[in-house]
Amino acid sequence: MADKLRTTQQLEQLQARYVGTGHADTTKFEWISNLHRDTYASYIGHPPLLEYMAIGTGEPMAKLRTKLIEKMIQPVGKPPEKED
Amino acid sequence: MSGGSNMFLYSLSILQPSAITQAILGAFSGKKQQEIVVAQGSRLSLLRPDAAQGKVHEVLTHDVFGIIRCLAAFRLAGSSKDYIIIGSDSGRITILEYQPQANKFHRLHLETFGKSGVRRVIPGQYLACDPKGRACLIASVEKNKLVYVLNRNAQAELTISSSLEAHKPHCLVFALTALDVGYENPVFAALEVDYGESDQDPTGEAYNQTEKLLVYYELDLGLNHVVRKWSDPVDRSANMLFQVPGGADGPSGVLVCAEDCIYYRHMGRISSRVPIPRRRGATEDPNRKRTIVAGVMHKMRGAFFFLLQTEDGDLFKVTLDYDDDVGVSRIRIKYFDTVPVATSLLILKSGFLFVASETGNHNFYQFEKLGDDDEETEFNSEDFSPDPSDSYQPIYFQTRHAENLSLVESINSMNPLLDCKVANLTDEDAPQIYTVNGSGPRSTFRILKHGLETVEIVASELPGSPSAVWTTKLTSADEYDAYIVLSFGNGTLVLSIGETVEEVTDTGFLSSAPTLAVQQLGDEGLLQVHPKGIRHIHADRRVNEWPAPQHRTIVAATTNSRQVAVALSSGEIVYFEMDSDGQLAEYEEKKEMTGTVTCLSLGEVPKGSARSSFLAVGCDDSTVRILSLDPDSVLESKSVQALTSAPSALCIMSMPDSASETSRSTTLYLHIGLYSGVYLRTVLDTVTGDLTDTRTRFLGPRPVKISPVVVQSQPAVLALSSRPWLGYNDNRGQYMLTPLTYPALEWGWTFSSEQCPEGMVGIEGGNLRIFAVERLTENLQQESIPLAYTPRKFIKHPEQPYFYTVESDPNTLSVATRQSLNEQASNGDKAMQELPAEEFGYSRAEGHWASCISVVDPLNKQVTQRIEMTENEAAFSIAIVSFSSQDDQIFLVVGTGKNTQVAPRKSQCGYIHIYRFLDDGKSLEFIHKTKTDETPMALLGFQGRLLAGTGKTLKIYDLGMRQLLRKAQAEVAANLIVGLQTQGSRIIVSDVQESVSYCVFKYQDNKIIPFCDDMVPRWTTATTMLDYETVAGGDKFGNFWIVRCPKKASEESDEDPAGGHLLHERSYLQGTPNRLELMAHFFTQDIPTSVQKAQLVAGGRETIVWTGLQGTIGLMVPFVSKEDVDFFQTLEQHMRTDDPPLAGRDHLIYRGYYVPVKGVIDGDLCERFSLLPRDRKAAIAGELDRTVRDVERKIADMRSRVAY
Repeated sequence: MADKLRTTQQLEQLQARYVGTGHADTTKFEWISNLHRDTYASYIGHPPLLEYMAIGTGEPMAKLRTKLIEKMIQPVGKPPEKED
Repeated sequence: MSGGSNMFLYSLSILQPSAITQAILGAFSGKKQQEIVVAQGSRLSLLRPDAAQGKVHEVLTHDVFGIIRCLAAFRLAGSSKDYIIIGSDSGRITILEYQPQANKFHRLHLETFGKSGVRRVIPGQYLACDPKGRACLIASVEKNKLVYVLNRNAQAELTISSSLEAHKPHCLVFALTALDVGYENPVFAALEVDYGESDQDPTGEAYNQTEKLLVYYELDLGLNHVVRKWSDPVDRSANMLFQVPGGADGPSGVLVCAEDCIYYRHMGRISSRVPIPRRRGATEDPNRKRTIVAGVMHKMRGAFFFLLQTEDGDLFKVTLDYDDDVGVSRIRIKYFDTVPVATSLLILKSGFLFVASETGNHNFYQFEKLGDDDEETEFNSEDFSPDPSDSYQPIYFQTRHAENLSLVESINSMNPLLDCKVANLTDEDAPQIYTVNGSGPRSTFRILKHGLETVEIVASELPGSPSAVWTTKLTSADEYDAYIVLSFGNGTLVLSIGETVEEVTDTGFLSSAPTLAVQQLGDEGLLQVHPKGIRHIHADRRVNEWPAPQHRTIVAATTNSRQVAVALSSGEIVYFEMDSDGQLAEYEEKKEMTGTVTCLSLGEVPKGSARSSFLAVGCDDSTVRILSLDPDSVLESKSVQALTSAPSALCIMSMPDSASETSRSTTLYLHIGLYSGVYLRTVLDTVTGDLTDTRTRFLGPRPVKISPVVVQSQPAVLALSSRPWLGYNDNRGQYMLTPLTYPALEWGWTFSSEQCPEGMVGIEGGNLRIFAVERLTENLQQESIPLAYTPRKFIKHPEQPYFYTVESDPNTLSVATRQSLNEQASNGDKAMQELPAEEFGYSRAEGHWASCISVVDPLNKQVTQRIEMTENEAAFSIAIVSFSSQDDQIFLVVGTGKNTQVAPRKSQCGYIHIYRFLDDGKSLEFIHKTKTDETPMALLGFQGRLLAGTGKTLKIYDLGMRQLLRKAQAEVAANLIVGLQTQGSRIIVSDVQESVSYCVFKYQDNKIIPFCDDMVPRWTTATTMLDYETVAGGDKFGNFWIVRCPKKASEESDEDPAGGHLLHERSYLQGTPNRLELMAHFFTQDIPTSVQKAQLVAGGRETIVWTGLQGTIGLMVPFVSKEDVDFFQTLEQHMRTDDPPLAGRDHLIYRGYYVPVKGVIDGDLCERFSLLPRDRKAAIAGELDRTVRDVERKIADMRSRVAY
């Protein structure tokens, strides 16, 4: 029993430290939102990738970066209604 | 590495990325002078602006083998030296110091805080330093913020504290800056959005009400913790923050830049707002809002101002009116000038503006004035409510030519490099590299040639064609040369160097015979060697003549300030040395050589000794002999070197050497030029006279002539063959041999005058030419031809020297629309349209495309024809196809999309345009166009027909009278076909997302059948077929890879002329029946935009040349022998541990960022070997069972065999 408790505690710690660490009740919405946020963060963090997209869209990198962070707020639309 | 792969490549870069991620300013050397540090891809470079010349010089560049994401400079209070902080992908914070003596970056601190890699919650994206250098904050896009306290210890060394956390979950950071608070507790300001609530609210109400907050984080230095001190909602569209000077210099606080508005905000102060002026003009949309994309604050003499740049490139000068009671009372804004859109703007104290452009060349401007008293309308915040929700009247301004800034230097930048072809159109020894670069109206077509830039000083015609030229001083104390001596077939001409160059006759030189050598001898004497004898001209014009023995002439001569050696036609060598009275004394013994002597060389007299102790003698029996000149053993043979051909020139010279025992010492070299055009450099042992470590290079088909010259106060070698070459030590201490961009010379010599202290003089036919080499850092010369819009792809005419580019720009008004708008407009707006688009950009409008096809003539450096696309079509793909139905006549095929939308990708329909070549390809004639359902993104000629990739479908078209006729089609890609390659019946299809798949076209069944695909989703950008089974390519994440089709699958695909067997083969895991094997994989960081096989140097092997988006040109050189692979693998391993990357990233993990590195050895890392300290070099060389010199030679050979 103590082992189980420790495992849960460790998992909780991981979840607190690393955003996006899943758990048994992760919903599809949470998972996909997290995935998209990771993707956008990666686009912003790799300068060549950001430039590649900036050239494609004809926008300055600074503007595109802001746009991508804006998208991270709600990357996949509204969350689903909670079932009680 | 023991993965069973037998392919090994050596990765080298020949051009560094030129995109600047960020630039910072500081006194990094610790002197008054300001320097610039820039992050270019994985490189950190130090640039030193020269205010007097208005130039920027690169002083140091260092590959950190990591992704540099942000930089910051800081200075501890009371110090005069700035340090550099790097935020990278290593999960560590790095503090560097620049050491000007050693010219290197020295790492002071490396603190680990998280996982490596670019991750959402690992800090490294944002970095801000307290202006007083007391603390820095490093943040990630989401949640994490870490504060480090910077201080110094008792020994005045920089210390860094452990990190203090200021994390907040669900919190996205848009911008970060440090506040200027004087000496109060450091405060950092961030623009944040909390998405916690909107993630929980299914109605979407919370999302709509999400606020953007300006948050202050205060570091309490007393309690050593960070508190979230203040937060206040700001404009929802805010995207940038700028520090406002505080303490004694200003009101403190921040400027918050949002869409269309700039706000001043500070805790406990009233805020104010001013709109961003919009451009006025007939073609401008009056409703388009601008955002600030870059900016800089500059403090001077108690005042300060901001230059903020919008996405159009317009700079606005923003000043604040403030007093101590109310804070800022007014923001003033007015138009300043227009410069290219920047990633960083830097204002130097010396009155310069450095613009690190997002695309295209980086510019260096000088301030002519600060826009203080001009007629520009100034707007101020009094007329506008500070509440973001209040509406206001937009304000407008008129663009005009630059008044405040003048361009002093444009620093070449290949970024973005969108496509490249290696071709030899000028019939030179080596091919040229042709590229298309840039974006929008600053796009260019560039031609790169290997060579050093030369500056011509004099080119004058001579009465005849001289065979040789020398320059000489009059006395040994002279600083500059006094005479130019020209030798003709039947005489000698002496010119004096002064204000003008004119002939002099009373010099004592014999003018009736040709000359073999000229030398300033002893303190004040001059020496002329001619075929009949030697003339020693004393300062008082007395002449001592030594006549050649009867029936013999002098055929070769060499001199230095104390010694003379001549070779007679009989094969004898006569040696003279200057005695104590300044007389030339003949040495009695003569040395008889076996063959005819072709050339001789004495080295310079080494400092502190009486003579050069060696004489090199080249004979026509293809040998070089070293004779001793020691008084005990004069003219005794020391060593012999056999050559492949007779030597044509010799030169003993001491040069700096990175492999020598002590640093900064020089080594004696013997440079040998052969009649066959080969150049050799060997080390001459100063004690034994042995020749070791011979390095060979083919220069050209003509016999090589060699002369010692001086470039940038360094000894260098001018080697002349079919082109002039310069041998010098580059800034890493590596010996480089680079051609000069100069016509072929028959003879060269050094030249030094007051105007040109380090020049060279040469003979080209009947012309005397004096020139100089100023920069040794750039060994690729660029020429550019302007293009109209962002080039997407280009193609070369199969026979003629013309290139065809497809260019397109989204959200840009086309020429036709601009014209019609201008016609509608009243005359008042006409002034606007005359401003050049290269500086001011095109007018923009959502949904519009501007696109064209250009015919580029690279030889005459011009665009011969430009065909604008109409009806909102945008060209994306291009091919040249010979249609067998038209007697193999070739046509230009262009794929376009109508009303294309970039993201999400959508277009109304696509077209394939057909053009006929006129005038040998100099112009094009439109024939017809064919509608397709989707935009064709890839086109290719295939077996006398056209292969077009539209969306997921691959189609085969034949040319009809009115349109293309579809012959076959198949769905072969998962998402979108972006590239096609072919050999025989095999077609390689690259998908935007799903790597490449191999297809075969079955002519009998008229079917395209995919038979082999990949198991890794590679977002392919460029591919090329290395052989029938192998494809090399690159992807959007910056990987280079090589995949190969299994032999069996490859054979099976071609066995059956009909496709029955292939069609019915069982698919494997929802793909094709076979899978590709990965042969090589390497993370390059830069996104490959083209991959091709090419040979870059004359006589070199073929290699894979790839280009990267940010301006990289790299090579992948296949290894030939297993021994070399083992050697370099071991060397690479040692380099990883002995020279760990500066920013703390593990090299192996970096190169294996997405997929573990396979079959590629990092040559750029191996080349850092020469920069290691001597003892480390010796240790590594010992591990490799070789000498340091051997290792360096092997590394240098790897490069010189295939590239520059």
